[in-house]
Parts: sequence; C-alpha cells; structure tokens
Amino acid sequence: MSSNGICDRVAIVGMGCTNFGEHWDKSASDLLIDATESAYKSAGVDAEQVDAYWLGTTGSGVSGLTASLPLKIQYKPVTRLENMCATGSEALRNAAYAVASGAYDLVCAFGVEKLKDSGFSGLTGTAPPGDGTDSGLTAPANFSLLAPAYCKKYGVDEDTMKDVMSKIAWKNHYNGARNDRAQFKKEVPIEKIKASPKIAGMLGIFDCSGVSDGAAAAIVCRAEDAHKYCDNPIFIKALSFVAGPAEGSMRQDYDFTTFPEVVASAEDAYKQAGITDAREQISMAEVHDCFTPTELVLMEDLGFSSRGQAWQDVVDGRFELKGDQPINPDGGLKSFGHPIGASGLRMMFEMWLQLRGEAGPRQIDNPKLGLTHNLGGAPGRCVSFVSVVGPAS
Amino acid sequence: MAGIVSYGTYIPYFRLTREAIGAGRGERAVASYDEDSASMAVEASRDALRNAGGAPDQILFSSISPPYAEKLNAATIQAGLNLSKHIGGVDVGGSSRAGLSAIGLGLDLASAGRKPLVVASEVTVGAPGGARESGGGDGAVAFTFGADDDAIATEIARASNTEEFLDAWRTPEMAFPSQWEERFGANIMVPIVVDVLTRVLEAAACEASDISKVILDGTNPRVTRTVLAGAKLAPEQIADDLSSSVGRTGTAHAGLMLANVLDQASAGDKILVMCGADGADALLLEVTDKIDSRRPPHSVSRWLEAKRSDLPYNAFLKWRGVLPFEPPRRPDPARPAAPPMPRAEGWKFGFVGGRCTSCGAANLPPQRVCVMCGSVDEMEDEPYADADCKIATYTLDHLAYSLQPPVVAAVVDFEKGGRINCQLTDMDPEQVKIGDELEMTFRRMYTAGGVHNYFWKARPKR
Repeated sequence: MSSNGICDRVAIVGMGCTNFGEHWDKSASDLLIDATESAYKSAGVDAEQVDAYWLGTTGSGVSGLTASLPLKIQYKPVTRLENMCATGSEALRNAAYAVASGAYDLVCAFGVEKLKDSGFSGLTGTAPPGDGTDSGLTAPANFSLLAPAYCKKYGVDEDTMKDVMSKIAWKNHYNGARNDRAQFKKEVPIEKIKASPKIAGMLGIFDCSGVSDGAAAAIVCRAEDAHKYCDNPIFIKALSFVAGPAEGSMRQDYDFTTFPEVVASAEDAYKQAGITDAREQISMAEVHDCFTPTELVLMEDLGFSSRGQAWQDVVDGRFELKGDQPINPDGGLKSFGHPIGASGLRMMFEMWLQLRGEAGPRQIDNPKLGLTHNLGGAPGRCVSFVSVVGPAS
Repeated sequence: MAGIVSYGTYIPYFRLTREAIGAGRGERAVASYDEDSASMAVEASRDALRNAGGAPDQILFSSISPPYAEKLNAATIQAGLNLSKHIGGVDVGGSSRAGLSAIGLGLDLASAGRKPLVVASEVTVGAPGGARESGGGDGAVAFTFGADDDAIATEIARASNTEEFLDAWRTPEMAFPSQWEERFGANIMVPIVVDVLTRVLEAAACEASDISKVILDGTNPRVTRTVLAGAKLAPEQIADDLSSSVGRTGTAHAGLMLANVLDQASAGDKILVMCGADGADALLLEVTDKIDSRRPPHSVSRWLEAKRSDLPYNAFLKWRGVLPFEPPRRPDPARPAAPPMPRAEGWKFGFVGGRCTSCGAANLPPQRVCVMCGSVDEMEDEPYADADCKIATYTLDHLAYSLQPPVVAAVVDFEKGGRINCQLTDMDPEQVKIGDELEMTFRRMYTAGGVHNYFWKARPKR
C-alpha cells in the first residue's frame, strides 16, 4: 500500500466536543450546533470564514442538509459521509485532504450521532434490501470471537483473559471518571466488571461500550495558515484508512487474533509519519475499544505490544494513565459510548487537549505524538482508520 | 404397476414431554423455532433423494400446515433441494389423509412413467390443553417412485373412500382445529375403514393374516382401536403408531409409520398402510429385495435417539406463536426483499457455493472476484449442502433476536475448503466446543412482514 501522506501540511486550529450521554432534551441538530459553535469559538472564526464541511453520521441524517439546515450554512459544500465506526475520523481525513489540495483554505469536519432515540440496546444498522442470508449476529458476538482465539493461540487461560479484559474496562472507566464529558464518570470496581451479566461469549456488559448521543467538530487549515487562528495548533502527521476484502470471513487461515486491516493502516500511517517504533514513539493513543478484547488485540496490531504480549502489558499497567503508554486517556468508548459519527472526532479532541496541555486531571506528562484509531465491521471483515498527530516538527 | 424407489424421514430434535403439559406419558416431537413444514420437507427429501437413482420430475408437497397459504411451497422445496427447475410442483392438503393420498398419486404418476417425489410434512398445533396439542407431533417423510423393477416396495392393491362429515376441521380464520366428539366420528369412520380394508384385501386376494405389518393412522383414536381389535391381527402385525415417541404428524404420519416399518422390513413383507380422515385410503405394498441397499442414512429410530427432551412448555407455545411474549430491545429482523432472493437463489436455498476454476479456492458465498487469487468471473458452482464441516470458533450471542436465546454463532470451516459465519441449531449451548463436527440443515431463519426467510444453519451431526 502506498500513501504519500500530508505530514505536517495540515493543522487543526480549533475543536469542540459535546458531553456524551443520554441527551433526551437535545436533537442531533442541537448537538451539532453545540459542537460546531464551540469549535468556531475555539478557532476564533465565524461561519462565514469556513469554506466547506464534511459531516460524519451513520444514521442521524442523510446529505449535507443534516448540517446546513440547522446551522444555516450559506450555500457551501457540505458532504455527508459514512464509513461504519470510522465515520467521524473519515470526516476529518477528507476535510484535511481538501485543504492540503488547496481547493479550500479553512474547513470543518464534524460528526454527530443520536443513538438513544431508537430505544434499542446496542448499535443497529440500516441494511439495504437483502436476500436474508446474513448471519444476524450482533457486534458483541462478532468481537467476542477474539477472546477464545487469543487464549488458544498464546496459551492464556480463560481466567487470566477475563482478568485482562476486566482490567482494560477498569482502566477506561478510571480515566472516564476524570472527564466531565464522559457518559460514565465513575470508576467501576474490577470485581463488578468481572461479575457483570453475559452479553456474548466471554463478554459481560462491562466489556462492551455504551450507547450514547454526542457530537464533535474540528476546524482545519493548511499548516502555514495555522497560526493565523491559533497559538497552539496540532499538526497532522498521518491519516490512513483501509477497507479490507473481508478475507477472514471466507478464508480458513484467519485465526481471529488480529485485524489485518488495522495492521495495514498502522503500517501506512507510520510510514507517513516516519515512525519506526510505535511502542516507543507514540506517547498516547485513543483506540477503538468497542469491546475489551478489541483493545487488547489492537495493542499488538498497532505495534504497541509484541505479538502475544499485550495481555502481559495490560497486567503490568503499561496502558494506564500513569503508565508508559496511556491508552484511551479520556475514557474511551467504554466511558463515552459510541455515537458513531462523533467518536473519531471525540478521540481527536482528547489529542487536542493533551497536546495543548489542557487535559486537566488526565494530563499526560509532555506528550509528543498521539494516535487515534477506529475500526468498523467485525473481525475478519472490517475497515480501519489510524491517524498520528503532534506538535510542529 | 409401480412402486416406492426410495424414502427418507425427518424428526426434529426437540421433544415436549407430556408430563410437562400434564397430559400423560411419552413425548411428542417438536419442530424447532426455526423449522416449518417446508424446511422439514427439505430435510426428509434430502435423505430420500440419496437413494433415488436420479432426480425427480415432479414434487408433490402434502401438508395441512403449509408455510404459505398462497405461494407454492413445493417451489421452496425444489430450491432447497437444488433440483432442476424443469419439474412440476404441486401442494396438496385439506385433510391429514392427504399424505397417504399423495403417495397414491405418486404411484399413479410413476405408472405413467414419471419420477415423482412425494413429501409430507407437518407442524401440528392444537389449542393448549387439548388432545391435538399433546397427541400431535412434528415431522416429515419423503418417497420417490418409479417402475416396479426398480422399487423397494411395489403396489399390490389400493382402495379409497371419501366421506363428507364433520370430523376434524379448521377454517382459515381459526387458530386451532376443532374435532367433533370421538364417539360420533367412530360411528361414521369405523365402517369406512373396515370397508377399505376389506376391499384392498379382496383385490389382493389376501387374508389379514398374510400381512406382515398393518399401519392404521387417523384422526380418531377410537376408530384405530376398534378396527385393529376387530381385524383379528396378532400383536406383532400391528405397526408402532409412534404416539409415545413422536405424536401424530398429520399428513406425514401414515408415511412416517410406513418408513419406520420399511426400516426393519425384509423382502417379501406385505405392508398395509391405511389412513382414516374424511374417509379412508388403504394401500397394500410388497417389499422387494432392493430394500437392503436403499435404506436412508437416517432411520426413524436414529432420529428418535438424537433428541433433546427438556423443552419447556412455554418455549413450545412461543415457538408456535400461541403465547405472546416480550420482544428484545432490538429491531425486528428485516423482511427479505423479492429481487435479491432469486439473484442469490443457489446460495440461499440450495447452499451452492463457488469454486475458482483458476486457483481452486472455495468461495462462500460465491464471489465474482476470487477471495484467494483475485480472478474475475472464473467461478463454478459447487454444492455445499452435504459438505462436512467443523467449528473453527464460536460464541453465544445473548443480544441477537431469537426465539431461543442465546443464538449460537460459529465460524464454520468446510473440509473441502471454504468458511462461513453461521448460526448453529439443534444443540445444547453448554455442550458446544471448537472442533465439533457439524452438518448443514435448511431452516426458516425468521418470518418478517409475512415473508418466511429460509437459509441454512449448521447443527451437530445427528
């Protein structure tokens, strides 16, 4: 795979992010207005200055009208896009490339999802008319396949695995308890996590991310313009996105201990950013912890742990807030829920805060490079996004 | 004259004990939540066609519990069996006698040189607390027919009687069938059954004592008892009515009892099959020496052994739509759309996969671009319905919509290549493990918007 990348050519100069949670009193439009106005304010710009918009949402609206109507955007390009759970990150990627190309000078990437209005448990999709041959499995069932496969391949017994999974959930809730924007702002005792009712396979309810509403937005421009808007911008080092051929769902040699799509997008992103040792060079990351075994496997796919060693790194506390490589310092999907279109930008918002020293009780000492990651789909058939961001080189 | 060339049966995995409903001894077979009379007909027919020596040119599907009141159920069965489309298809029903009547029609078609498949299948639903519920059962039986010289059992004689009277009945609006009192029915039916019995023996120039096994099925147990008692038969001449192990399977039952007799029959045996419902049919058969080479993979007794008898009564009532229940907080499954189904027909109904002619890799479901080598449009059909497979990994899904949670979902690898992600059925979730050997089974996944959605699941080998 070959990407030229846009390392250090594009900056984020303002961001906004709503609280995530059960916004019974707010519509998707309200959340979008809140996040966007907050991002404008953060960048010190007004709507007139923004040339174009990329809106990520999977189910809270179709077309650019989803944003242009509530925000009264004045006859400008608004692109609505969807790429499963990477939807919010995809809005940012496309917006960044638009300014890098020179087509626009100042753009906005935003994402919103209003999940709680459906009344359903978990995420639901809107599939096109079909032939009825889908397996009909839920996301937790699909991702639960990782845990026994990992145990078998690396000789980890199920009790240890359950401890590791619970520790990941515990860590993310610990971080979320230090974040006013999180849906769940409470630490959860590890014993309570371990004893939670079964959802799928080894997954209890506390191994699953929640269901919430939220929105986030970023204002993006070329690097050379960044200081017009902001004293302390953050710079895009890499943006990678891949969609896989879904081989794992058809080929017997796929063993459910890795996401080849994540490996490919990480490799691409690291090449763009000039990273040779992700374990050492990435200070912190927001990764797609939709389910606890997902986060475990991601540590290996992203190169933070050697193959078969992520569980030991979890046990050793490497990924905790005070550890060597904090993962999901804002609390992750675990504490925020997963309003799909917003999640990728919510992750970037944490990088924005951390790199600018604004993360308060969660602040990581002197972070250099941060990474955000999403994946959408299921083990064996998914899409993956990886970004690397940091200060000016 | 013509005869039966091959046969197959299907008895579902679950049993409801009569103790669980306070209705005496024994147990009844229960179609799983994902089965109906068409899906069970496919299962029985698969066994029958293994020994048929060729494809049928006509399907007769008999049921009084057809999945569709309008829409040819025989077409679902044709597709599920991956048979040629250049065949006839007929649904028959209207009376639980229709199964034996359809066997007669099968013999007539074979006499005319045709090669029919006759399949009778039933999901028997009765009002809670009633005799139809406790005495009924679910199952299917299939026969193929052909010329005398290719038969495992040839027709010797036949007799019929059709009678207009209120025995068992149900209008389309009625959820459950009604039946007039047993003594009135017996008053009408006993002479009718005796009549067809007498006529068929006369036509064959036989005495009752010449018959190896007498099968008497019918709507009215009093008729059966009275006729058998009056026929001067030795106990060993009377066939097992399967009432304690299966229950009466409607149109399938006379055929199912016949199959059970054929499972143990020897050349030269004379078998009398009768069914009393809205009149009566009687058919006298003689078993040929081809019987030993044509027995189906699953005997009735093999189906009876592979079972689970702990089905709770309330689950049974939910499965049959009798008992309303709280749905999960998940969207209802989507109604499958008409145009995509014929596009995927080979895969969806026949479970026909693809194999790349360029690199030889299996592609499930069939792909236009090979998952291994990327060749475009180099795919040929490869049937997978009978392919052996095993569990690569699995999970229990407590969140997915199901009438029997948790859904057991597995990644299934086929011995001859290829992998699918599919649901498992007919097993104990606690007993599932990686490496378990499985076989594929045709199921009704769900019904949405009045459309039955058929596809394949895997089950532990039975």
